[in-house]
Amino acid sequence: MQPESARSNGTDDAGLVRLAQEGDSEAFAELVARYENSIFRLARNITQNAEDAEDVLQETFLKAFEHLDEFRGDSKFYTWLVRIAVNQALMKLRKRKSDRSVSLDETFDTGEDTLVREIAVWAEDPERLYSQEELRQILASAIESLPPIFRTVFALRDIEELSTEETAQILNLSVPAVKSRLLRARLRLREKLTRYFKRKGDDVFAYL
Amino acid sequence: MSLLTCKDFLNELNDYLDDATSPGLRQEIEAHLAECPNCWVICDTTRKTLRIYKGTDLYPLPSEVHQRLMEALRRKMSRSTNGS
Repeated sequence: MQPESARSNGTDDAGLVRLAQEGDSEAFAELVARYENSIFRLARNITQNAEDAEDVLQETFLKAFEHLDEFRGDSKFYTWLVRIAVNQALMKLRKRKSDRSVSLDETFDTGEDTLVREIAVWAEDPERLYSQEELRQILASAIESLPPIFRTVFALRDIEELSTEETAQILNLSVPAVKSRLLRARLRLREKLTRYFKRKGDDVFAYL
Repeated sequence: MSLLTCKDFLNELNDYLDDATSPGLRQEIEAHLAECPNCWVICDTTRKTLRIYKGTDLYPLPSEVHQRLMEALRRKMSRSTNGS
């Protein structure tokens, strides 16, 4: 398997899938090379566990290989792959925790007062206030603190940059349900990060 | 005069940050932001939140994880070739 095969490099996903379906293992390896980073990052963000993320990565591509014949091209190959990965990742979470904690449909408080608590101006380039390693820690622990459905929607929409419609399809949620979860995820992260990124000298409620 | 309330603004925040609002609504939102410091801060800090997450790969794929994936696939592929 040589992911850098010159023949596969210029081919689009649909073409590679066709070749792989005919038994071309180099074509499949090229598909792996295109998406392994994204699938691993997604699995890591959802499961919040390095071991589980590696399992999900392997299971996703092994399953994709096994079921490649069933892929008919109704969606993009990547979306199909992400759907497998999300299902695997949520299964891991359910194994680790009680079923109840990973419901995609979990109800949450919709009171507006919970959307925004702290309003403080941030530094112009808040990421420069910290070393790369510190910044990673801050960002990772903020995502970890989100309920699974919020961090799943955030990872799909804002990190892997799938559309709202694709995200809804993958999670079997309506578009409005994805939008409201994304808004809550974004605002909660904003809230968590405010503690680290607010401009020095500003009072927390300076503008209220 | 802006017609949007802070509540309306929050409802539109996602689309506004994603550049998915109509030009008319966009103008109304910007008019609201110009006169409401709280909403301006919420908008600015949420925008920065997204920018920072998009600019940082929190979980780059470790090369040994990549290697183990390729080994697992190789085993799988050789099994499926031998089996048919």
